[in-house]
Amino acid sequence: MTATARIARLTRRAPVQLLLGLIALAWLVPTIGLLCTSLLPPGLISQEGWWKVAAEPSLATFDNYRAVFDNEQLTQALWVTVQISVGNTLILVLVSALAGYAFAWLEFPGRDALFVVVIGLLVVPLQVALIPIFGIYQRAGLFDTVLGLILFHVAFGLPFGIFLMRNFFVGIPKDLLESARIDGASELTIFFRLMLPLALPAIASLAIFQFLWTWNDLIVALTFARDTQPITVAIFSQLRQFGSNIELIAPAAFVSMLIPLAVFFAFQRSFARGLLAGSVK
Amino acid sequence: MIRRRLTTAAFLAPAGLFLAIWLVYPTLATVRRSFYDRTGDTFVGLRNYGDVFSSDTLVRALENNALWVAVVPALVTAIGLVLAVLTERIRWQVAFRLAVFMPMAISLFAAGVIWRIMDDQDPSRGTLNASIQAVQQAFGGGDQRVLEQGRPSQPQLVQGSLREGFTPRQVLRAGDTAAIGLTAIPPAQVPEGARQAVAPAGAEPGAITGVVWRDFRPGGGTPGRVEAGELGIPGATVQLRRGGRTEQTVQAGADGRFAFRGLPPGGGPYAVTLAPATFGVQSTQVNWLGPKLITPAVMIAYIWVWAGFAMVIIAAGLAAISREVLEAARTDGATEWQVFRRVTAPMLAPVLAVVFITMLINVLKVFDIVLSVAPASSQDDANVIALAMWRTSFGGVNDFGLGSALAVILLLLVLPALALNVRRFKREAV
Repeated sequence: MTATARIARLTRRAPVQLLLGLIALAWLVPTIGLLCTSLLPPGLISQEGWWKVAAEPSLATFDNYRAVFDNEQLTQALWVTVQISVGNTLILVLVSALAGYAFAWLEFPGRDALFVVVIGLLVVPLQVALIPIFGIYQRAGLFDTVLGLILFHVAFGLPFGIFLMRNFFVGIPKDLLESARIDGASELTIFFRLMLPLALPAIASLAIFQFLWTWNDLIVALTFARDTQPITVAIFSQLRQFGSNIELIAPAAFVSMLIPLAVFFAFQRSFARGLLAGSVK
Repeated sequence: MIRRRLTTAAFLAPAGLFLAIWLVYPTLATVRRSFYDRTGDTFVGLRNYGDVFSSDTLVRALENNALWVAVVPALVTAIGLVLAVLTERIRWQVAFRLAVFMPMAISLFAAGVIWRIMDDQDPSRGTLNASIQAVQQAFGGGDQRVLEQGRPSQPQLVQGSLREGFTPRQVLRAGDTAAIGLTAIPPAQVPEGARQAVAPAGAEPGAITGVVWRDFRPGGGTPGRVEAGELGIPGATVQLRRGGRTEQTVQAGADGRFAFRGLPPGGGPYAVTLAPATFGVQSTQVNWLGPKLITPAVMIAYIWVWAGFAMVIIAAGLAAISREVLEAARTDGATEWQVFRRVTAPMLAPVLAVVFITMLINVLKVFDIVLSVAPASSQDDANVIALAMWRTSFGGVNDFGLGSALAVILLLLVLPALALNVRRFKREAV
């Protein structure tokens, strides 16, 4: 019997299924815990575990959520997050597609060498850019602006974006391109009319990945923003200031998780595929 | 010809501009800045780097990163592999993988918040400790419960709670006595075999003696004094503690008396605690967020987030292993083990390598989750390079020279991964 078949037989046995069920449950517990914590009445939060809500659903209250939405700082932060995430993702997708296409189908000297440079840039930690950009932003008036944050995220998303798009474009059959060129279309026309629509799956993967990544960012915003805070920074300052302000932090964290979770569930297949495209051919 | 050049430029320029300004230039600038002092005016050569290795906090950060690198990528890859293999053929594969992968969608910071709550030391709040407690109780780990409830008869003299136990405030030394009177115990709940409580006789050298009793006399009586009609609590668990450590544990006798013997003369200061186990509460106070366990605690949270990533990638790699190649190998007469060794493993190896290297790079840069899981008191113990760099540069000290040096160190640490990536690409491209 083949090894895979043997393993398959093994995994169908009840104890293993049970174990897997427990593992899946264990993985979900922390998130459920946060949800329940956010539903606990403020007075009880520091005393009881969140599982009390599961046991006595009548205790659940949306007061905490009301407090979050009444809190101007937090709602403003949510809006800032939306701006940053959507803004940088749109720009990134466009710039990556352009460059990726160039690396795939345009001939120019040093193309391969430059692409190797792009690959190298993939691992550069953003810590390396924080201090110099801090200075540049202050001089250029980009400090504490949504635009400054957007541009930073675009730049650091580019190595991966270019890599992803280039890999995709390389897979497009050459004849398609050739015939369009023979027909006399300019490169730009070919790109916008033909290539972009074709690249929708890859674009979607990149967009989702970058959107989630920048929605959840903390360090960049923490460095370059003071008053223009995205939600991660807002929650962080709550955490730092009040430490045990869980009744506000828990619902805020959960709300900030909802969008990424929604996006994730809606696009989970593309998401996984997007990850694969960058790593496994 | 020129048109071609312009077109190509049009495609590449935006990306080129971004990369040059935000990645290439800053990298060079940071390297340069690391050789200057805090204000940036004086050239100090390698002094900043020397400072890194001579500072306790920073060395701690380096050690922690080393720990992270040694433990996490391997664990994540292994867990991902096991989960991928186990779920390869089960029916609810997608649901399982979704559940495990979901944390990836949450920000590392929110994950940190979640785990901060989970790691709460108090078992009534923190899920981890509550689970440990539940397991302990399920296995009857020393069920020392003799009372359902109770509280001190003299709260001004005895502090604590059911969860922490009750501790008389007095500082005790060898030869002293302690009295712990309890009320709010219904008569029916007094343990079997309880007898008239007896106050400890008096100073016994080398020992601390005491009594735990039901300090309630119907119709009056003085709290704090053992009186006729008041029963001792047999089996009550009493602990002798010094400096936060429990040195001895005894059970009270039928008359409520207990004694800790064998103490050095003049030894102390001691505290005596009526253990929460007496009320059925196991004191599973694993201090996850304290200095010793904080790094493992943060690692657990991190693995929780990233194991799903590893699993998904490896599962895809597994699925990609062509069935035909395997069959061909088998029909050629290879044994199962040979098939695994010669076909499956080599085809899986690149995938595992990708996962491992990605985790390696990520782990070196870990930042958000340490910031959110570790409370302020444990931040120094949980310190990692990325965090240290940020705190040094923007966290008040504003030493850009030192911060740059830390950033450069971080860069140097990821360079091997960079080289590996480039080599892999070149091999695959050709």
